[in-house]
Amino acid sequence: MRHLAVAVALVAAGPLWAETFLITPGPAAEAVLQEALILAQAGDEVVLAAGRYDIRNQLSLANDDVTLRGAGMAASVLSFKGQTGGAEGLLVTGNGAILKDFAVEDTKGDAIKAKGVDGFAAIRVRAEWTGEPKAENGSYGIYPVQSTNVLLDGVVVRGASDAGIYVGQSQKIIVRNSRAEFNVAGLEIENCYFADVFDNTLTNNTGGLLVFDLPDLPQQGGHDIRFFRNKSYANNTDNFAPEGNIVGLVPAGTGMLVMANADIEIFENQFSDNKSVGLIIAAYVKDTEDANYDIHPRRIHIHNNVFAANGSDPDGSEFGALLRELFGAPVPQIVWDGVIPLWRWATVGAASDVEHSIHDNDFGDATPYGNADFIGKFGLTWLHEVTYELSEHSAELTPLVPVQVIIRGRDVSHRGAWAEMAK
Amino acid sequence: MRFALALALALVLAAGPAMVEVNDAAILARYPPKTLSEFGFFDARALASGVVPYVIASPLFSDYSDKDRYIYTPTPAPAALVGVLDFPLGTAIIKTFRYGDHKVETRVLLHQAGGWKAYPYLWNEAGTEAMLALAGADLSVPSPRGPVAYHVPNANQCKACHEGPDKAITPIGPKLRNLNTGGQLALLAAAGVIDAVPADAPATPEYRDATLADDVRARAYLDANCAHCHAPGHPADTSGLFLNWEESDALRLGINKRPVAAGKGSGDLQFDVVPGDPGASILLYRMQSLDPGAMMPELGRGVVHDEGVELIRAWIAGLDQ
Repeated sequence: MRHLAVAVALVAAGPLWAETFLITPGPAAEAVLQEALILAQAGDEVVLAAGRYDIRNQLSLANDDVTLRGAGMAASVLSFKGQTGGAEGLLVTGNGAILKDFAVEDTKGDAIKAKGVDGFAAIRVRAEWTGEPKAENGSYGIYPVQSTNVLLDGVVVRGASDAGIYVGQSQKIIVRNSRAEFNVAGLEIENCYFADVFDNTLTNNTGGLLVFDLPDLPQQGGHDIRFFRNKSYANNTDNFAPEGNIVGLVPAGTGMLVMANADIEIFENQFSDNKSVGLIIAAYVKDTEDANYDIHPRRIHIHNNVFAANGSDPDGSEFGALLRELFGAPVPQIVWDGVIPLWRWATVGAASDVEHSIHDNDFGDATPYGNADFIGKFGLTWLHEVTYELSEHSAELTPLVPVQVIIRGRDVSHRGAWAEMAK
Repeated sequence: MRFALALALALVLAAGPAMVEVNDAAILARYPPKTLSEFGFFDARALASGVVPYVIASPLFSDYSDKDRYIYTPTPAPAALVGVLDFPLGTAIIKTFRYGDHKVETRVLLHQAGGWKAYPYLWNEAGTEAMLALAGADLSVPSPRGPVAYHVPNANQCKACHEGPDKAITPIGPKLRNLNTGGQLALLAAAGVIDAVPADAPATPEYRDATLADDVRARAYLDANCAHCHAPGHPADTSGLFLNWEESDALRLGINKRPVAAGKGSGDLQFDVVPGDPGASILLYRMQSLDPGAMMPELGRGVVHDEGVELIRAWIAGLDQ
């Protein structure tokens, strides 16, 4: 009985004691806001009144179950134009963090980073570098990393010099209803497990959707990721990533790039007017000695998508030029690099892939598919041959299951709990 | 180093006893006091009884500030050979940052039942009192090298560096290997900070000791200045770049390693460390940057550490290609 009483008291403690810290613009706002973010306890809300806030130092939220919300992504703006300190705009390390209805602009590094968080929601949040897209812009707009139970919903990111919406080394992720434009990568999922990415719009980026797996990292071997009902069109902005970054290799005009990873399902998306290629499936392109890393994509399932007018004019980058050299223009709507483990290549041959499945897509009257045969191109050149047999990807793959995301004990993959959180 | 320690001890003795006593209740209280003096660690004359000065063999660079370190511990910590010493509840670790006589801030780490807490206190102009500054501060401070744009970290930023694998706040410096310099272990044992002086105590080299090999000095420097984030389980392990003293894998140490999420921190370069080619090494580029989006460390540095840059440059230049 005593245990029960304690449990009831704990449940009641949240709402009863919840406090609201109201922040208004002004010279003292930065200090008041940062203090509120330090003092706020579980259940508390830090509220940004409408207005523009000039912030000089990185803001950070480390306590659990704190909400930071504004009056709208156009109304409450944290401007870091004069930032002098800190590697990002807002760093979140507290679990159960909910960010809603505000914007972060012109940070020197990343805009919003969540590191090692269990339960992170960004709802109707905007991260933007104003002005023309340029290499001096920060790297990532909204960047959860090594986090679990992540919900990005209705976010907008513009101008990131790497990836606008970027989820790295995380698990149990939903990204939906969001928009990324004028970034190098619009939306990138990297070294992640279990993600649903749907109903997003990617346009005017260098590449729209990217799913990468990279070696030599604490979490790798990305798998179980679904991309559906996304629109990735006219991503033809020149690549403006600083050199040395992996996204620097993405040709301008890429609808989607799948590199390494296992069990990726891509369905009911629209890819159109991306000038280099609609969708490309590739092995990791750099050297690695990581014995625990598989450079090859496995079980990529692509079905019921619409492809239109992609590949009309590949850009002049290394890979854009290669696509043009191999296929001419227009490039087929879907390109596979043809790289499979050498033992398989030597035994069954590149044209007998049974790992991937591509079916029931609408290509209009465009060339649906091309196999670039990179093994032949870069290894055994006398055998190199570009082929166009879509039927070589006819593995029997079953649909992946939806992801469940739990934040502050509520399953936000269900509409009811989500609606309450998004209010 | 030995001289500095002896001097600190001599000052304590020469000034006579302090008129204050350590306030154990303040160390353990749920909310930190508004003023540093409420802890009773020291007064203008001397340290309170039980507050022990110490030094670190290879200290973190902090904008050329001078740093005074003190520890107050109710009972000695076991002299473990590996890791941060396990100090008992009620321990306070105190660090004052100053330029000559001009005190800037004092940071305290308090060991409470709920874990370590970290708070910054900002000194007034007269240097007579320091006030709690939860939100940190931006200051222009006179230094021997001209004015420094000095950032006092806020309470969350304390955690950005002082974060252990379980996301809890942890001290960084007080490891046996960092304290094992100039006969200090014996002094600390005598003062009741550690419970013994192990015969086989490891020692981190002093990176300022030019008689040591560049490789040894550089690794000691990287450990002191980078490994609070760049080590397994620490905030920058997302990068896969590990610069702690214990790391031995060349790739993890950045040698011919590609960046992961460096963004413009790459400086248009391809690898963290290119043996024999410091100018092509991202590590050195980021040590020389003052752009908040590119510089390393991310916090606590407003000017370039010329001596550190030269040391790392020499180390990279000497690496076998």
